[in-house]
Amino acid sequence: MAKEKLKIAFYWAASCGGCEIAVLDINEKILDVLQLADIVFWPVAMDIKYKDVENMPDKYIDICFFNGSVRNEEQEHMAKLLRKKAKTLVAFGSCAHEGCIPGLANLHNRQEVFEKYYLKCSSVENPNGVVPQTEFEAKEGVLRLPEFYDTVKTLGQTVAVDYYLPGCPPPVKLISAAIDAIAKNELPAKGSVLAPLKSVCDECPKKKENKKISKIYRVYEKAPDPERCLLEQGIICMGPATRSGCGAQCLNVDMPCTGCGGPCPNAPEQGAAMMSALASIMGLDEEKEKYTDKDVEELMSQIKDPIGTFYMYSLPSSILGRKVIKK
Amino acid sequence: MSEKNGFEPKIIGFLCNWCSYAGADLAGVSRIQYPPNIRIIRVMCSGRIDPAFVLEAFKDGADGVLVAGCHLPSDCHYISGNFKALRRITLLKKALAEFGIEPERLRLEWISASEGDKFAAVVRDMTEQIKKLGPNPLKEMEVKSQ
Repeated sequence: MAKEKLKIAFYWAASCGGCEIAVLDINEKILDVLQLADIVFWPVAMDIKYKDVENMPDKYIDICFFNGSVRNEEQEHMAKLLRKKAKTLVAFGSCAHEGCIPGLANLHNRQEVFEKYYLKCSSVENPNGVVPQTEFEAKEGVLRLPEFYDTVKTLGQTVAVDYYLPGCPPPVKLISAAIDAIAKNELPAKGSVLAPLKSVCDECPKKKENKKISKIYRVYEKAPDPERCLLEQGIICMGPATRSGCGAQCLNVDMPCTGCGGPCPNAPEQGAAMMSALASIMGLDEEKEKYTDKDVEELMSQIKDPIGTFYMYSLPSSILGRKVIKK
Repeated sequence: MSEKNGFEPKIIGFLCNWCSYAGADLAGVSRIQYPPNIRIIRVMCSGRIDPAFVLEAFKDGADGVLVAGCHLPSDCHYISGNFKALRRITLLKKALAEFGIEPERLRLEWISASEGDKFAAVVRDMTEQIKKLGPNPLKEMEVKSQ
């Protein structure tokens, strides 16, 4: 007796499209997926309208993989719609999981983003100062554009999410494992992040020696010893505060981890965890006696962009979530 | 803002068990007067303060956060916890500024077990300073957005 195929949907909100490509990075495994499932909605690959989704009965879709964060009305509408139509909603990739690069817009608000993008950017010529409006009266009638929000939200902050697949984009290994788990119906408890519990350091092959660092190098400033831990050589690596599952693939090519895997389960604020870890290993302990506030200020001032470094992927899901901007 | 004159800040104080908490205790038993705006949480060491604690305090509406520990360089019961705290708070202040929260709302002080008067003076000074800064800007923003 032929088992009824699973119905799968993919959707993208505020994302770069890399997650869509990651789906194809599973290579021939995509054939297993098609054996087991029908794709009922995938705007990047199929001609299908939102109306068709609206006409589906509730809980019609078995699994919806949603990538991208939620930064405007349309994305919020689709998140809520797909939540209604899907039995299982998976936040696919760092944007849906914790906000990612689009989430860095939370250091600004709509007004600042529009000013920069449509008016002040040096490659923009916009003498009439035209910025997008939500409504426009044309001859044919009123045209509407979705409203652009001040704050970028994660999928989990918008609707209830069943599973999270971290990574920018999620590593093939984790996608395959998730698909296998779905096929065998062996998914863990709802709300789980489908990744190992340990940090990237656990998968990193480099030698750790527990050394203090007193000078920070940016990636281009130093050719690191490929055998040794990058953090101990003064290159900021988010490995200690980042969840593994990627096989430390950046470290394998001597690039530091930037933290796309999101926080480890026991230190849910990734930026704070890394600030804490980095402050622990920085310093001039042997010169304790002459350590002044000024020395410390100079030492820590080597870190040029704390939010961009420690919250590159996790600003919307961090404790504060965004910059406080007084209106 | 009409609230500003009658504004009583809420300050969360993370005090280390070995020096600063005993210093606060001494201020109490010596009956030194200081404003009741501080809510004290005892921790084992100033090096125990995860930046996340401070962020959480601000998110939950604290107008100021005081972290106090043993004097540099060698008073720390755990040898180097105070140095770690100094580096963490210095870094966290930079991040707070980027988050739009005045870094002056976070203060690090070294207060020994014999410095009850210093503890009282710090609380007095900090309360005054935060009154001048006004309420935590996060609270205002939350009222306005949505």
